[in-house]
Amino acid sequence: MNDAVGIGARVKRKEDRRFIIGSGRYTDDIRHDNQAYAAFVRSPHAHAKVVGIDASAAEASEGVVAVLTGRQLVDDKIGNLICGWAITSRDGTPMKMGPWSALATDRVRYVGDAVVAVIADTPALARRAAEKVVVEYEELPAVVSATRALEPGAPQVHDLAPGNLIFDWVIGDEAATDAGLRQAAHVTEMRITNNRLSPNAMEPRSALAVYDPAEGHYTLYTTSQNPHVARLVLSAFYNVAPENKLRVVAPDVGGGFGSKIYIYPEEITCLWASMKTGRSVKWTADRSEAFMTDAHGRDHDTVARMGFDKDGRITGFRVDTVANLGAYMSLFSSCVPTYLYATLLSGQYDIGNIFCNVKAVYTNTVPVDAYRGAGRPEACYVIERMMETAAREMNMNPAELRRRNFITQFPHQTPVIMNYDTGGFGAGLDAALRAADVASFPARKAEAARRGKLRGIGYSCYIEACGIAPSAAVGSLGAGVGLWESAEVRVNPVGTIEVFTGSHSHGQGHETTFAQIIAGRFGLPMENISIIHGDTDRVQFGMGTYGSRSGAVGMSAIVKAMDKVEAKVKKIAAHALEAAEDDIVVEGGAVKVAGTDRQMLWHEVSLAAYTGHNLPAGMEPGLKEDSFYDPVNFTFPAGTYIAEVEVDPDTGVTEVVRFTAADDFGTLINPMIVEGQVHGGIAQGIGQALLENVVYSENGQLMTGSYMDYAMPRADHVPSYTIEHTTTPCPGNPLGIKGCGEAGAIGSPPAVINAITDAIGNNDLQMPATPPVVWAAIRAAARPAAAA
Amino acid sequence: MYATTYHRPSSVEEAARLLSGEAKILAGGQTLLPAMKLHLAGPSDLVDIRRIGALKGIKADRSAVTIGAATTHFEVASSPDIRKAIPALATLAGWIGDPAVRHVGTIGGSIANNDPAADYPAGLLGLGATVVTNQREIAADDFFTGLFSTALEDGEIITAVRFPVPKRAGYEKLRHPASRFALVGVMVAETAGGVRVAVTGSGSDGVFRATELEAALAKSFTASALAGITIATDRLMSDIHGDAAYRANAIRVIAQRAVGSAK
Repeated sequence: MNDAVGIGARVKRKEDRRFIIGSGRYTDDIRHDNQAYAAFVRSPHAHAKVVGIDASAAEASEGVVAVLTGRQLVDDKIGNLICGWAITSRDGTPMKMGPWSALATDRVRYVGDAVVAVIADTPALARRAAEKVVVEYEELPAVVSATRALEPGAPQVHDLAPGNLIFDWVIGDEAATDAGLRQAAHVTEMRITNNRLSPNAMEPRSALAVYDPAEGHYTLYTTSQNPHVARLVLSAFYNVAPENKLRVVAPDVGGGFGSKIYIYPEEITCLWASMKTGRSVKWTADRSEAFMTDAHGRDHDTVARMGFDKDGRITGFRVDTVANLGAYMSLFSSCVPTYLYATLLSGQYDIGNIFCNVKAVYTNTVPVDAYRGAGRPEACYVIERMMETAAREMNMNPAELRRRNFITQFPHQTPVIMNYDTGGFGAGLDAALRAADVASFPARKAEAARRGKLRGIGYSCYIEACGIAPSAAVGSLGAGVGLWESAEVRVNPVGTIEVFTGSHSHGQGHETTFAQIIAGRFGLPMENISIIHGDTDRVQFGMGTYGSRSGAVGMSAIVKAMDKVEAKVKKIAAHALEAAEDDIVVEGGAVKVAGTDRQMLWHEVSLAAYTGHNLPAGMEPGLKEDSFYDPVNFTFPAGTYIAEVEVDPDTGVTEVVRFTAADDFGTLINPMIVEGQVHGGIAQGIGQALLENVVYSENGQLMTGSYMDYAMPRADHVPSYTIEHTTTPCPGNPLGIKGCGEAGAIGSPPAVINAITDAIGNNDLQMPATPPVVWAAIRAAARPAAAA
Repeated sequence: MYATTYHRPSSVEEAARLLSGEAKILAGGQTLLPAMKLHLAGPSDLVDIRRIGALKGIKADRSAVTIGAATTHFEVASSPDIRKAIPALATLAGWIGDPAVRHVGTIGGSIANNDPAADYPAGLLGLGATVVTNQREIAADDFFTGLFSTALEDGEIITAVRFPVPKRAGYEKLRHPASRFALVGVMVAETAGGVRVAVTGSGSDGVFRATELEAALAKSFTASALAGITIATDRLMSDIHGDAAYRANAIRVIAQRAVGSAK
């Protein structure tokens, strides 16, 4: 073992040096000879027919290489964008996937929908020419609210989806749940909206397509969280290039948060245009395009009813949700409000009866897909606001109500598919209560009151599901892909190691944590281990990084490959040292016969593997092993978050003054990186709770199209966090990892909102709790109930 | 950004000569350059006046503070003379944008743009300042004429702003959550010419004087004097960040705090 760098060590991030000195290599940094640039003509209307396109002025514009339209795209048999997870409605009908062409042919369905691509010698010339393209539109009525889109007479976004309904999906036992609610001593009912968010990765999306006519081969450099899946989808569905003639490279990527999982029209168009024009074609979004076209997150409108018996035990939980999926079905959009949402509605609680209905709806807005947490924040927000409100309505301590309903025996089968393998919910709550010094909250509240501030405290006991798996299970639920991960551990003759992983790091620090598990296990220096990812020519295959899966699934694959390497190393050493294989141990950079001074250094074994001079009979030379690891179950990170806020009653301005997180992520590889994930996640959650909101006007214009109107959290919006860990190792994978990438964003919004509603004495509050929203809620609470 | 020709004149006269046709003054560019990047503006020429020595610097005496038009917000915020003579003005400048904006943006650029949520218009109007141009002097009461519009004529260049030193003044601001412009910004001042209250961020026609607040403060320059006052909503804007009713309440609250912090 090498404890200084192994599991549990706070190793500084290897990759940070190149980022800090400005030497990261992002897609837009890559330049090819003969490179041209794409600019997109986008719809200014939320909904319109495309009547005609006059490209003559653009074609004559300086430096223009080509002006490409949707009609040409269809003629070249480029396929429509697809959603890769099939959902079936309660009546047995399949989801209704409307056609989405990378360039619109006859209709545009949201502001920003791409219509024409202009390829020119420079970005400025491309953009200038794009402004000269004349598109004639016939405007159609638009609808932006999903609830309104379901009303009779609403504008129709896709002809094949009457009433804009994509699917009407259910899970759980409706009759039993309604019966549970009827028998309840108390029922809490709330309407809860989950605000629409823009992902805002620091690096905007970018693509560089290179076509080699001699080989008929394509290379796509792009901002992707999963380049192998991108290659698969681009070749199998979009028909831009055969899989064996397409290399996808996702180099350094500056943040994703889900938005870079998907294939977008721009990458498809660049690949196609590179073949059409014989030029390398690059496109990099500006921030306006990012706001207008990156898949948004959340946007749920929910009515929830939770019943309790006289002792506060939950008797039934019914959730009816309308999910806005925007104008088209993005790659994984359908699974987010279904299998990543309703399956988590049991929370940390032993609930016998749960029923959920989800209606997914088309609107004239940007497509909505997974965003940090993806369905789980929406579920957690509903459950945890319900629990807090119910406790207040029943005059119970909100922590006590939760504790009374906690699941305490594992494994636990919920009524909504999930089987929780392990957890320690009471211990998590206790750790948070202690760390947050809840006992002294009344004194802090009184002190705040003397300063004219309303101080409140709010809880959130979240659970989420990471490492979505196993492949056979997700396949049976409609997934179009398997959800395993692959790794190859290649020990070089000199003993250095290259790890090829199908995970992709776009901020997570894999180059450090992945190396730690190898350095620690074999006792090797960190600098001798390189982590290679993001290139379909170098890595055998991979499913990419999202859903907090890289630790639980990606690292498990590496462990499986390491197991095979170690087994071979032991065989080689046993043979050379003339010892029994079972007596060989690998530690401290050496391969030893246990209990003796006989050993070979690590590099002596690796060299022996490659010289092949003295190997056991029949053994192949070389020292390189791979694995495809398919997990047995999801993992279930969980924890308790406690927020304290102070509200200025005169302005509604809210400050989060304390925030405590007690998380159970199972084994921590690098606690510093884990804490960074928690910090970032909570900041995003506070952003959602207080600030962030995508707003469309009634006619579908994006009102929050820049940072002048879309409010991101800044350093002074967040307090210094108190972070605790409790640990129940995950039994389902070799390292006991549960995943930590999304928890902060999942658990924090309800804690913050519960704290505000506590402070102001009004449970009826929606996100984002901006000053005017909070101020109005304070006034509503002060007003005597109408007609009471 | 469309192609443009950049000029760096060394005098106001040279700058004035360069201002013809589609030329624009560049006085920090914290609004103009983003607009150009978005292709919302495409001036043929940019006349950068920030290096003109005559437009820079701060002069203060017992009765007035004069700030050159090309003086940055950072220079105003950190000026010992201004902190002593009109601390509210230094506070206001220190709350504009972020450090990057404050080190580049200028007072002349800000008021010539007259963004309805900018801080300086409230500073000038509340303190009863005078705008000095290469042609004349314009009282703040006459200078701000509506959303993004001023009394400046074509080719007229602001050279300085002169602030009379008030008996006391206070500036408070409710920041716009995204842009950090003023959602509500209020300058209150007790001046030789009476009490003045100017409000930015809220007026549907830009910065304005809140006469109902001025009347109450003229009787008693105390926060409690404003307690019962309701601000009319008819001249206030409603947008996704706050409706008129919210702004009306906030104007009174922020004015009270400005009175409380006035010195």
